[in-house]
Amino acid sequence: MLFQLTNRPIEPLVESLHSHAGGIVIFEGRVRAINDDRAVSSLEYVAYPELALHEGHAIINNVLQQFDILEAYAIHRTGHLAIGDIAVWVMSAAVHRKEAFAATECIINAIKARVPIWKKEYYSDGEAIWVRCDHCAHDHAPCPAVKESM
Amino acid sequence: MTTLHIIYFAALCDATGREEETLKTEAETAKALFHELTEKYCWPFSEANILVAINDRYRPVDTSLQEGDRVVFIPPVSGG
Repeated sequence: MLFQLTNRPIEPLVESLHSHAGGIVIFEGRVRAINDDRAVSSLEYVAYPELALHEGHAIINNVLQQFDILEAYAIHRTGHLAIGDIAVWVMSAAVHRKEAFAATECIINAIKARVPIWKKEYYSDGEAIWVRCDHCAHDHAPCPAVKESM
Repeated sequence: MTTLHIIYFAALCDATGREEETLKTEAETAKALFHELTEKYCWPFSEANILVAINDRYRPVDTSLQEGDRVVFIPPVSGG
């Protein structure tokens, strides 16, 4: 599968890549202990699986068409995660590195922008809130190649 | 009246106090249903913050609702 959801620890898929792949770019998003100056104790991810899988596959398929790459995959966690756990894993493989970097960034930006997955942050002071990334300062607008299919 | 199956996720699940419900409504579009549910449950989102999925695909908010539709309002996503 090009895009997967899993409630178990992510095990990267890099065993049998295309024999022409010379540039492999992997992005791992991990749970960090601090967010917006608050001490985070853990995270919870909830997904709307039917739509998340559809959108995730569409993102990967679009990137495979728009970039000169050989393979691309992404996996996103659901459930409760501890500090340091991998929350999302994205890989692109190309003949050369430039296209693999661009494709991987495009995939993670598109996942953050449109795949229906939600993050609840649990803080060390006992509070827990759903994160609203529409108000955050991060730049994760999808690249034009992916946005046009939304 | 149309009977719909509504599913709630994340902040909307918390605000609504349930994960899903079957609802009879006179709302003709997803947009009208959103305003009906916002008034009913005091949802903390405006129409501008919300996307809608009908039968597991993103659809425009002015999409007409049909008997038996599965409707999910999507609060701002935060994956990754």
